[in-house]
This record gives sequence, structure tokens and C-alpha cells, in this order.
Amino acid sequence: MKILVTAKRVEDPESKIKVKPDGSGIVQEGLKYKINPFDEIGVEEGLRLVAKHQGEVVVVSIGGKEVQEQLRHALAMGAHRAVWVNHTGPLDQFGIAALLQKVTEKEKPDLVILGKQSIDDDQNQVGQYLAEFLDWGQATFASKVESMESEQEKNKVPAVTLTADGKAVRVIREVDNGLATLECQLPAVVTTDLRLNTPRYASLPGIMKAKSKPIEELTPEKLGVDVTPKIQIVKLASPPARKAGIKVPDVATLVDKLRNEAKVV
Amino acid sequence: MPIVLIVAEQQPDGHLRKASLNAITAGKQLADKAGAELHIALIGKDPAKVADELKGTGAKAVHVGAAPELEHYLAETYAPVLATLATELKADFVGMASTAQGKDLLPRLAARLKAAMATDVTGLNGSGGDITFNRPMWAGNVFAEVKLTTPVKVFTVRATEFAAAGSGEGAAEVKTFTPKVEASKTKFVEFKEVKSARPELTEAKVVISGGRGTKGDFKEIEALADELGAAVGASRAVCDAGWVPNDLQVGQTGKVVAPALYVAAGISGAIQHLAGMKSSKTIVAINKDAEAPIFQVADYGIVADLFKVLPELRAELHKLK
Repeated sequence: MKILVTAKRVEDPESKIKVKPDGSGIVQEGLKYKINPFDEIGVEEGLRLVAKHQGEVVVVSIGGKEVQEQLRHALAMGAHRAVWVNHTGPLDQFGIAALLQKVTEKEKPDLVILGKQSIDDDQNQVGQYLAEFLDWGQATFASKVESMESEQEKNKVPAVTLTADGKAVRVIREVDNGLATLECQLPAVVTTDLRLNTPRYASLPGIMKAKSKPIEELTPEKLGVDVTPKIQIVKLASPPARKAGIKVPDVATLVDKLRNEAKVV
Repeated sequence: MPIVLIVAEQQPDGHLRKASLNAITAGKQLADKAGAELHIALIGKDPAKVADELKGTGAKAVHVGAAPELEHYLAETYAPVLATLATELKADFVGMASTAQGKDLLPRLAARLKAAMATDVTGLNGSGGDITFNRPMWAGNVFAEVKLTTPVKVFTVRATEFAAAGSGEGAAEVKTFTPKVEASKTKFVEFKEVKSARPELTEAKVVISGGRGTKGDFKEIEALADELGAAVGASRAVCDAGWVPNDLQVGQTGKVVAPALYVAAGISGAIQHLAGMKSSKTIVAINKDAEAPIFQVADYGIVADLFKVLPELRAELHKLK
């Protein structure tokens, strides 16, 4: 089984994001970068599937030279090789999906696994755009019924499962008021939700091995994709600050405030 | 005249998903700004009953498409049907509530319409042909104003930022059509509902949430929730540990709530949790750690053990009844 996974470079989720005074972007100084956490879950799920069914995990990232860090991270986790789409400058979800479509058509995987969203743009679109562009089935927000402390998790068993004939994947999706199960004919696109798995740490031998794994370089031009953004960011702003609250000494005071000041009980 | 098309959603039990009404309000605001007509789309196996509920929401028309193949929602069958409708209507804007279905369906629909899309829209600006959308980025730490430059513009609406549309505004014309449903490469297997006697998290007026401080013991959280007719929420750490079901998670990666009263018990207030509840009207924080970041967004804070405060609070509130 061949699986294509994504590894977007994003700001560390623990970083404090500040908007530049002129609203043109965010303050870059002092920021740390990581692989998008949802993509990391996708890499892990790909590795688990390949461990069970054999095959290859190919990781792809789009960006400047610096995204090689995220590719090396996925390679150190165990991905077999990497594709780097070298592009600097603005890029929207439409453009990302169009590039991934070309990479997918070139690589011909059985499954593409992406994070359901990246934690910078929070758009939650690329997997669905990609599935439509490819005319493939989609199962978004893949989750798992067992808790994160389950045997399944400890034994690193994939939660996305192949059907008996090996021609489809069965995916449990996290939706409103419950869980929906779908069966997608392969090839298909799956996007990951938070609780699909806990990604492994890269081992030291894994990190050493990753250094010699191949990274193929492509560009939007080579792939024949015009990535001119269709989304223009007019400006960025900080959310309105909440006015500072007070600490109350006891429950009686709290109830009094809730009743007479906030008028919510 | 330009057209705004809002997609309404039927729940698996056949009822209208309430967030659809909030999306309709956003659609109305957009139609006013763009000088456009508001239309509503509703498709499924048996959508006729729900269509009646939408007649008085102020739309010009409700387009109702029924087909047996649409019994179980699938992006692959719904997107082409809606794309055909949007194209026939010459819709300029297509929107839907940011529910699990909205988030799954609209990007696929946008791709089919060769449209750019804004997710989780919280506000609208501009007029005529020059409309921009406000939307959160970086877990709500940043709000962006974005412009979509494609002929058709697609968006999902963060329901908590718009009031629900009423039912006494005019009488929309109900137009039925017969959708042509394409074969799907994906098969619906089952839907397992997680049933609860409590209100839905995103619709509740009061939410009581527990974090790591509960050590997995939600009895006091649940008791207070039942006293107030509130929904129960949880932080990501608590859901990840498997202490409570996943769908209780409040946060950027879980549910975004904006109730009149939000009580955070034993929650430290990680950025990603704050993003999911910061828009609540009144926030109460109960935490043993006086330095917990949750106190920075709380209107009222108590530095104490939640297992002591919650029973007391429940008793005091009970007395008020």
C-alpha cells in the first residue's frame, strides 16, 4: 500500500501569536516552528497502516527551504521518502490542493492522509478540495472509538482499517452528536482529527536514517500549477480583549455577582 | 440581482440542525450588504417537513430537493447536487453553518464551483460587489479580514456569532426540484448517536466544563449542570485521557461555544481551550492555581478546590429557585 501524507510547517501551537501593528502579518521574531499537529497524526496513521499491510509512506510539504525540517521530522518518524514543492510567497487552500493534486497524480498513492486543518490558517479545506479535484472519495475528521489509553493505542494499531478485499478503507468520523462510519473505495482521501492516534517520537536511529533519505524537489512551474491566490488577506487584527475580571473570596459573593451584576442566574 | 444561497442542514433524526438558522441570519446580513436576494437550499431523502420551518426566515425562496439516494449524508452525493443548483440559480455566494457537515461538504462544493472559500466566518464587511469576510486564524488569536476573488464565493458561518433567524418574516416560496444523484465511491455504513439528556453544547445557554483538575471525576460538574439545565464541556486533556467522550471537548479543535454563562472548573486555560469559549458572555473560573491563565479571561474567579466550590455553588443556586 502506498500512502501520501502531508507535513505543513506551522508556528508551534504553544507560541504566542502577535499581529504586526500595521495588520500586514504576524510578528515572526522569536517564533518556533513545527509540523502541523494534525499532519503529524496523519504521518503516524500512515506508518501504522504500512506496518500492517506493507508498502511505502511518502511525505510532501510545500514551502521554502525551511520546510525540509518538517520533511526530515516525518522521515525520522519512519516515512520512506519525501517530496518538497519549493515555493515561497503567498499560497491559499485552492493553490495547495491544486499542487497536491499534481503530486498525487505523479505518485499514484492508494491513500492520501492530511490533517483536517492546519493550526495557522484553520481553514479545514485542503483534503476536501483535493478529493474533489481528483474525483476520489473522502472521509474527513477520522477518529477512533477507543480512548487514548486503549490497548489499540499502546499497540499502535491503525484506526483507519482496510476492508477484507483490500479495496476500500473503513473510517470512523467524528461528527455532531456522534460517530459516523464510512467505507471509501481506494484510492481515497482521509483527513485526521485529534484523537485518531498519538504520534510516536522519532528515535535516534530514526533521526540518523532520515538524513540519508531522499527528498525530491519540485516547483509549481514543474507541476504546471498557477498558484496565484484567490483569497486576499486584507488585514489581520488581534481579537478584542476581554475586560479584566475580579477574584471573589467565596461562593456566596460569586452567586451574588452572577445574580445581581451579570444577571445570568 | 446577485444571489446568496444558504444550505440548511437536516440532522440524522430528520430535524433541522439549529445552527442553520444562524447561518441564515448571516446570509441575510450578506444579502443586505451585497444588494442580493437570499435563497435557501435543503436536500435529503425527506426534507419537505423541515422546509416549512424555513419559510418564515426572510428568504425569497426555499429550494427543496428530495431523492432516496440522499438518505444518508455524503459529501460526494450532496456536493454535485448543490453545485448544480447553485449554478442554475447563478448564486454569487454559497454559505452554510460551520457544523461537522458544513465543514465536510462546503470545501468539496467550493472545489466543484472553482470557488475560493472562507471558513468559520464571524463577521461581514463592505457593500455591493466589494464584500469581505472576518474569520479566525491561529486558534482565534488572530482575526483576518479576507476577500475572495473567484466569481462564486463560498463560506461557512460560526453559528455563535450570529443570532438565530426567526420564523415570522414573510413567506418564502417553496420550490421543489428533483436532484440527479451521482454514484458515490463512498458508502455510508452507520451513524452512532451519542445521546444525552442535556442540551447540545453549542446551543446551551449555560456550559459547565471540567479540566485536568477533576482528575476524571465529573460527578460534581454533572450535578451542577443538571441543577442549571446546562451542557457539560471538557478541556482537551480530559478528552485525550479518555475520561469523557470526545464530543464534549471545548476548544479550537473541538467545539466553539458562546453561552451566557461558562463555568470552567479545574481548567488551566490553554490557548486552544480559550479559543473555544472566549466569546461566552460571562465566564467563571474555579482553579486551585491562582496563576492559571484561565483567570485572565474570567469575569469572576475563585481560587479554591473545585470539589469544595461546586457542591456549595449548587446548593446556593438551588436556594434561589
